[in-house]
Amino acid sequence: MARKETDYSKYLRLEYIPHIWCPGCGHGSIMKSIIRAVDALGLDKDKTALVSGIGCSSRIVGYMDFNTLHTTHGRALAFATGIKMARPELNVIVASGDGDATAIGGNHFIHACRRNIDITLVVFNNFIYGMTGGQYSPTTPIGSYASTSPYGNIDPSFNICRLAEAAGATYVARANVYSIAQADNFIKKGIQNKGFSVIEVITHCPTYYGRKNKLKTPADNLRWQKDVSVSIQKAKKMSEDELKGKIITGEFVNKTEKEYTQKYEEFVIGKAQGKI
Amino acid sequence: MKVKESKFISGNEAIAYGAIAAGCRFFAGYPISPSSEIAENMSFLLPKYGGKFIQMEDEIASIGAAIGASIAGRKSMTATSGPGFSLKQENLGLACMAEIPLVVVNVMRGGPSTGAPTSPAQADILQSRWGTHGDHPIIVIAPTMVQEIFFEIVRAFNLAERFRNPVVFLIDEINGHMRAKVDIYDESELELWNRPKPENPKGWKTPYKRNEELVPLMPDFGEGARFNITGLDHSETGFPTGDPKVRQQLHYFLRDKIEKNKDKILKNEYMEVEDAEIIVVAYGSTARSAMRAVEVLGEKGVKVGLFRPITIFPVPEEDMYRVCKNAKKIVVPEMNLGQYILEVERVMKKQMPIVGVNRTDGEPITPEQIMEAIKD
Repeated sequence: MARKETDYSKYLRLEYIPHIWCPGCGHGSIMKSIIRAVDALGLDKDKTALVSGIGCSSRIVGYMDFNTLHTTHGRALAFATGIKMARPELNVIVASGDGDATAIGGNHFIHACRRNIDITLVVFNNFIYGMTGGQYSPTTPIGSYASTSPYGNIDPSFNICRLAEAAGATYVARANVYSIAQADNFIKKGIQNKGFSVIEVITHCPTYYGRKNKLKTPADNLRWQKDVSVSIQKAKKMSEDELKGKIITGEFVNKTEKEYTQKYEEFVIGKAQGKI
Repeated sequence: MKVKESKFISGNEAIAYGAIAAGCRFFAGYPISPSSEIAENMSFLLPKYGGKFIQMEDEIASIGAAIGASIAGRKSMTATSGPGFSLKQENLGLACMAEIPLVVVNVMRGGPSTGAPTSPAQADILQSRWGTHGDHPIIVIAPTMVQEIFFEIVRAFNLAERFRNPVVFLIDEINGHMRAKVDIYDESELELWNRPKPENPKGWKTPYKRNEELVPLMPDFGEGARFNITGLDHSETGFPTGDPKVRQQLHYFLRDKIEKNKDKILKNEYMEVEDAEIIVVAYGSTARSAMRAVEVLGEKGVKVGLFRPITIFPVPEEDMYRVCKNAKKIVVPEMNLGQYILEVERVMKKQMPIVGVNRTDGEPITPEQIMEAIKD
């Protein structure tokens, strides 16, 4: 079946484009993926809020025609939690980078997972702080070069999906820009999940990460994504040794648990007002 | 005005009851002494009124969630004490920059650092004005009596909404924990302000278009406007801008929004100031000791008065100057090593001796200490 054509202009603030992302950056592909997911679900733009923190990925909010909020570094989930609590009828989507979500915002990340509040978090993981000039992040692979790891990075990296799973997120999946159609599907399912959803999308920063790590062109980066990615089904049949240096893509968690704002409405307000 | 009920409650509890009466329907907080009773009371009261309470993972997340809820249309508050107030500063700046109504309570305790968690201080006076980075507009209210705290927190919400600006509400361990009979009023009995909005929010594309008071007409999220909010320098559309003219104008707007509306923001109390030769300038719980000092010495024929700013920032420059200009001496008692006295010196241009009465040992300033300074 041919894929339905999406009218991107319906979701973009075209007057603010061209965007600030570098030529060859993967972030635009994720923005389009979010648009396709929102379009497929037919979300009401007036009832959709897109919240971000600080960093390259966080600039997405300016370009998208929703209720958009560009907050402080790492704190997008805290603001989004307030929005969702105040108006549970809104669809709340958060865009964040690897540093924003898991370094400075790591605490908010695990607690949003724990609460299972109905927010969909899309993490743009490019393994680097791009906006500030290519410093290493919590997902930079060991041995990689960054502007603050000129001798190679020695910090072990976070596995964002495993972190989300352990902290209690009810929908967790990973895709990459190379096979972006998979991300469309995961983001769609994340938005549909009545609870906290984390979709990590592996993307690339040719300008900083690529240049320092022998992945100079955007195509080199995409080829690298293709080479290191292994589907979750295939990974199950592979040994630990075989999986070294690989990135597993697919759905890790997809379960149903009572959502936070619903619980507050039913249990807390219900009890306080003597309804239960 | 019809009293709904009278309660024997602490200042912290009065904040919770006052906030509810003011229409506050969202609170996010994190446990910290000596402010925790505010969160505890809000967790109990808010759901009764259909409001929401959440205990966040930290102080930073608490103010973030409160700003988010305000953007989505709820009157919002967070409360903390010294160290937590330090942690909230970055997001406080975002609320100033993005012009989001918000009330931030700081029940002051000793500092710096962990300091004295269960002892009073007025240690965060200048931080309340200049705590977040960058020039920014702020309103700071520092009430004295427990009943007054109830009315002033209502006024804090009104100012936050009317001027779309964070209001910092400073009390301390003394009036936060002091119990008194407080008359509680229903919101129908109070004059309440709501944030200015465009008449028809649907499709509104200029969230920073301003009314005659220079306050942006911004719809709430979800009302059909779909605009952008950012902490970056922005234009009338809310989109980031690098245009020097637009950036400069934004910073002037932020300043002038408070400066040009001072008459609607300031509130002072005067006691025996006519013909006073000595004036005490005091705020917050210390003003109570000052009242006693002025009373006792007044009975003995000493010409001493009290100027008590309730809105301490913006500084009531004209009122302070007018009241104090003929005084031969000014006494400024505060539970810090001399913070607001810097403002008094600035305003009075050091035309007369200006003397501080200070202590930071965790004990309140007594009327006797102030009397000594008056007589010296």
